[in-house]
Amino acid sequence: MLERIAGSRRAGPEGNGHLPVDAGLITDTAAYAGERPTAWQAVQTARNIGRPHALDVISRVFDRFQELHGDRGFRDDPAIVAGIAELGGRPVVVVGQQKGASTEENIERNFGMPYPEGYRKAIRCYRLAEKFHLPLVTLVDTPGAYPGPEAEERGQAEAIASSIQVMSRLATPIVVVVLGEGGSGGALALGVGDVVLALENAIYSVISPEGSAAILWRSAAEAERAAQAMKLAGPDLLETGVVDALIKEPAGGAHTDHDATAAAIKTALVAQLERLVRVPVADLLSLRYERFRSFGTVVEPRAGEVAAPPRPWWRRVLGR
Amino acid sequence: MRLRNPFGRKPKEFPSHLWTQCPNCGEMLFNKQLARNQSVCTNCGHHFKLGAKERLELLADARSFTETDADMVSSDPLGFVDSKTYPDRIAAAQAKTGHKDAVLTGTATISDIPVVLAVMDFEFMGGSMGSVVGEKLTRAAERALADRAPLVIVAASGGARMQEGTIALMQLAKTVAAVTRLDEAGVPFVSVLTDPTTGGVLASFASLGDIVLAEPGALIGFSGARVTSETIGEKLPKGFQRAEFLLDHGFVDQVVPRAQLKERIAFFLGAFRVAGQDLRWSL
Ligand SMILES: [Zn+2]
Repeated sequence: MLERIAGSRRAGPEGNGHLPVDAGLITDTAAYAGERPTAWQAVQTARNIGRPHALDVISRVFDRFQELHGDRGFRDDPAIVAGIAELGGRPVVVVGQQKGASTEENIERNFGMPYPEGYRKAIRCYRLAEKFHLPLVTLVDTPGAYPGPEAEERGQAEAIASSIQVMSRLATPIVVVVLGEGGSGGALALGVGDVVLALENAIYSVISPEGSAAILWRSAAEAERAAQAMKLAGPDLLETGVVDALIKEPAGGAHTDHDATAAAIKTALVAQLERLVRVPVADLLSLRYERFRSFGTVVEPRAGEVAAPPRPWWRRVLGR
Repeated sequence: MRLRNPFGRKPKEFPSHLWTQCPNCGEMLFNKQLARNQSVCTNCGHHFKLGAKERLELLADARSFTETDADMVSSDPLGFVDSKTYPDRIAAAQAKTGHKDAVLTGTATISDIPVVLAVMDFEFMGGSMGSVVGEKLTRAAERALADRAPLVIVAASGGARMQEGTIALMQLAKTVAAVTRLDEAGVPFVSVLTDPTTGGVLASFASLGDIVLAEPGALIGFSGARVTSETIGEKLPKGFQRAEFLLDHGFVDQVVPRAQLKERIAFFLGAFRVAGQDLRWSL
């Protein structure tokens, strides 16, 4: 929820050279009073082929990126890029889903749809981050995990489940940034972190609007309605707490200015990691558990409303 | 007796409240006899889907099941409307199944071993996982952790519940995190995959059992077969995404016929005495 970060600004130490924790971030949907893009506009922007993709962001945000290849079991999946880089002079592990900027490149990258071996490469790199006490940054941008028969044969579901599992207990700080499309379980496999951010025009959904329309309305042409119903756009995600804050995009969208977009992402990452690296790992893990534990709205006639919205966890971390 | 039925209609002498046709072999099965055979075709061994109540009767020792969180119902966080409103869909599913949502959870014994048991019901909105399923399973795992009792989850689900949007997707992370705590604490988790177990349920807790068992012929996969066949533009081979396919590819430990399921679960639970339980005698 919003307070998770907004509250921390009030609670956090100021004036000692650290960035304010909400630097460059939108933490309140009041910023969108009256001028929210429609869900369908958000879907189109999030999928814009000119949008900065993982490597565009990595090359601008990080220094000295060295890519690591392969899952050590089957092959190297080009739909996931991973490696070691420096952020503000300090080493981090970066893992992201990679879409292409052209049809050719998209074919090479499988449109950013990972195979199980892509997720297993990611898991291998998560473990490196934990082993060497490096923060982990993940960049989410996929229509979904690849649904082909070879992916089924090699255990797509198991790979995603394991990736979620490893992230949920990885003993190092994790910041997730949803760059464009957060498509279902294939996105969540890179999406479990201490702080989850999204670019302003990113989307995050349980199923693609087309998929949902085909099932619920029995017509893919109803995708626009489905998108609206699923509340998958940035401001919606901020309201439901699925993302903690949105990263401001340049006017006209991230595709109009990759440099400015990357600069905003960098500011946000540095501010978040500066904060997170000071939290003891045991606290980090229990707060991460609670962050995801708190999702859901259920009603118990005898017990009243449970699963209250997440409490501002920064306050507890900092003991305030 | 094999029945020929060229007009695709049920013959009048087999009224559907008394008889069920096996979709695999075409045999007409007398409902009472089918129920007595745990809903397995007496002719070909086809495993029919089992409701949550029948599943509990199959696995839990007689009168051992005590349901928890029985009253929990979903709210409508998104105000979701397709051709019906989400609350209307829930009400219809409740009327159809007699359950509040797509999973029953509680404590039970399986061959005298105390367990926390959760069984999903595909009849309730395709067994889809939304806030209630996610919360009940998470509480079940947390109870298993607190009691140091093994967790047994019988999955039957088409995946995450679309009507709850991204909140439903977050239930994957929530349930995975909960069973992961059992893993760290050395408390056994047996996952049983039944027809069907697909999408977000397979891509979360259901794939993460210490032991993963599946029922014969169960449809088990990440993507819907329709999506997969559209992706490759051809028909899928017979047996694709069936339990035996997963066994061949190394993603389930055993395919277990329904008649042997309870004793098989009990065998593994007996072998994996919960870490800490043995120690009580040596402290
Ligand atoms: Zn049969």
